[in-house]
Order: sequence, then structure tokens, then C-alpha cells
Amino acid sequence: MDHEPFFKRGPSPIARLAFFGLLSIALMVTDARLNQLALLRQGVGLVLHPLQQVANSPLILSRRASEFFVTQSQLADENAGLRQQQLGNAMQLQRSQSLEAENAHLRRLLATRERYFHRAITVDVMSAGRDPFSHKIIVDKGGAGGILAGQAAIDDRGLVGQITRVQLLSSEITLITDKGQAVPVEVVRNGLRAIAFGHGQDNSLELAFMPVNMDIQNGDQLVTSGIDGTYPRGVPVAVVSKIERNAGYPFAKITCTPSAGMDRYRSLLVISVGESRPAAQVDKKGKEAR
Amino acid sequence: MTEAPTLTRPPSGSFIAMTLFVALMLDILPWQGSALLLRPDFVLLLLIYWAVHQPLRIGMAAAWGLGLVMDVADGALLGQYALAYTVTIYFTLALHRRIQAFTLWPQAWHIFSLLLISQIFILLTHLLSGANFIGWGYFLSTITGTLLWPPLSLLVLLAIKYKSQPETAYSSSRGNEK
Repeated sequence: MDHEPFFKRGPSPIARLAFFGLLSIALMVTDARLNQLALLRQGVGLVLHPLQQVANSPLILSRRASEFFVTQSQLADENAGLRQQQLGNAMQLQRSQSLEAENAHLRRLLATRERYFHRAITVDVMSAGRDPFSHKIIVDKGGAGGILAGQAAIDDRGLVGQITRVQLLSSEITLITDKGQAVPVEVVRNGLRAIAFGHGQDNSLELAFMPVNMDIQNGDQLVTSGIDGTYPRGVPVAVVSKIERNAGYPFAKITCTPSAGMDRYRSLLVISVGESRPAAQVDKKGKEAR
Repeated sequence: MTEAPTLTRPPSGSFIAMTLFVALMLDILPWQGSALLLRPDFVLLLLIYWAVHQPLRIGMAAAWGLGLVMDVADGALLGQYALAYTVTIYFTLALHRRIQAFTLWPQAWHIFSLLLISQIFILLTHLLSGANFIGWGYFLSTITGTLLWPPLSLLVLLAIKYKSQPETAYSSSRGNEK
């Protein structure tokens, strides 16, 4: 006690740095390896949510304003286009209805239960992900709106991504172009199965581990194969855009362009495949959906 | 500035909190695409500002807390911004007397290196957690942040002056003859 400082300022800066630095590193390790911090994240997220709403409001207002000020001719054009599209869709719908009925009949004959059950929730995109290192978007419905982690998100043209983090009032979708995202796909033309990995940088996907001599061509349409139980079967994923076959490597480098409009959508459909759910729950959800 | 420098009251805690809140709101605006790369880190800039000018009030604890909020806002790994902000504010506190001795543009060079420290720490945590480097455009926000430093400092200074002279501010806003 012979050298007490005159001004008391608490612990030294280097001690504080060490304390907060170690605390941050501990948090990062816990978050990355153990996934134990959902509660902390949800708590802070709940406080932050109204602020994010306010911050997003200028964008939403400008969108509404631009929607309000569309010209009559634009509307008429769009109407005509939509009517034509509807005709085409109606035809396909009729065909798919008859196919579905036939399918159900065949399945009943085989005494298997319905393989897939889809439940769809419409969500609006609140903001694009803010982290330039990952491809994520935030949507406006969360646990309170019936969203569950692991569900698939699609738009009108194809698969968009998967719900990876659910908060109470919002949730985060990892796009299929994210580096850590893998989608089991099959080629429509010949039923060849593959796995599409996000490229991470450009707006593209890669088919991994495809031997050089595989029958795959430019322009091949890839759809989900559904064997993972996460994505429903037959949703368009991507189109093969470039194939590099190099004899020096065991695998071909196959680049694909996603079918969904990766940075254009505003509304998405979140669907779940209720395959592995208990029967009672599926029944209840079935009533809700109808 | 032509007018004589006036002595101002030290900014109140609520004023500091208010500026940090505004910075947070600016940060969580829906920035996208190239705007996101250009976006200066307003929260960190304000934290540096207050750590330079009020080092006893804004320190590493505040930096860590706001860093955690930014982690949640960005959906990043928890602790990533917290670590980067804490380290940056540590160096800011170590340099604050030196920075105070300079005028605004030379100050900006110090701010550049401080912002770069934060960017490098965030990049390192990303790379360690398995992401790819996204190109040199990632460092653009350091440059925009540096360019923003002088106007931001002036703006906060004006706000402090305005707040510490309520009578003159009131009368000048009332009588706009000149």
C-alpha cells in the first residue's frame, strides 16, 4: 500500500483490453462451435428489432411510393402479361392435378402414406444480409410466425435458400449461393444426382465431385432431388452455365447460374417438408393450411 | 473559423448516448451491394471520436457493448465486432493525446490506421471461421470512414456548441435577419 495512485481509474487499459478481448474470443468460440448463445442473440435482437424497422422504413416507403405512381399503361401491360401467364399456368395446373390424383391413387394401391407435405408461409424480405462475406437475407417473419430453422425458401422461379436462424420476429435465410450451403440436386434431363455448393463470391453455384466423364451439358436444368428431406422434390435450383473438363484433375469444374432471382425478390415462400414429423402434428398443420 | 473559440460545457452523458444511437441507426440502414462496401462504420467513428475527446467516459466497455449490438444487427459471429471495436478503442485511448494535438485532416490519418485495425480484425475472424477473402473492395469503408472524420468532427462540435449556448442558439434561430 505504499504506492497507491492519486487518481483512481480502475484497472489498467491493458488489463481491460485483455478482459474484453478474451470475453469476445470466448463468445466467438461458443457461438461458432457450441451454438449455445441463441438466447443472448434473441434478447439483443428483440431490442434491436424496432430500430431495424425504423431504419428500414425509408426504403419501404419509397417502394410503396413507386408502386403507387405506376402509370396506367404499365398496369395494363402487366395485366395482359399476367393473364397470358395465368392461362399457361392453368393448363399446367390441370395437368398436375390429374397427375397428382393419379399419383395418390397409385400410392394408395401401394399402401404408402403421402411422402411429402408442404406447408407454405409467405414472407417479405426486410433487408439483404449486411455481412459482405456471406450471402444471407433477413425476412419479416420469425418464430412467432411459424417459421422453423431448416425450412426451405423459394420464389416464383426456384429455390432461394434455407432458414438458418430464427428470431422471434425475423429470421435469416442463407442463400444457396453462400459458401457453406449445399443442395442435393438432380439433372432433369437424365436424373443424374449431384450436390450443388454455393460459390460464395459470384452469384453462382458449383457442382462438386463430378467425374470428368459424367453426362452433363451446358444448359442442363438442375432441380432439388429431395433425398435430404429438407428441400421438397423438383424445385428448380440452377442451370449449368459452364463446364471445364481438365484431364489434370479428377473432377470437372461445373459452374451453374441459380434459377431464382438471387437479388431481386421481395416476397418469398417458406415451405417445409413434413416428412419426418409425427403423424398427429402433420394432421393439425394440415387443417391450418387449408 | 472566424469567430473566437468559445468555451463549451462538456457534453452530457445523454448527448454522447444520443450521438451513438444516431450512429447505430445509420449503420443499420438497409445498405446493400456496393453501398454496403462503401458504408463507413458510423458507430466505430463515433466511438473513436468520444474516446479521443472524452477518454474517461467512453472506453473499451462501451466499445465492447456496442460491438455486441453490431454483431447481432449484422448477424455476424457473436463477439466479432466486439473484439474489433475493443482493440481499436484500446489503440485510440493510447493515442488520444497525440490525436488531439493535430488539426482535423492530419487527425484523419490516425483515424485511417485505427479503422484499418478494426477492418483487419474483422477480416481475420472471418478468415479463421472459413470465409473467402472478398477482394480489396472490402477496405473501401476504411477510406470513406477516414474522409468522413473531419465533417463528422465539425458536426459534433457544432452540436456541442449549440447545446451549450441555448440562449444564443435560440435567439439566432429566432431572428434570422442577417
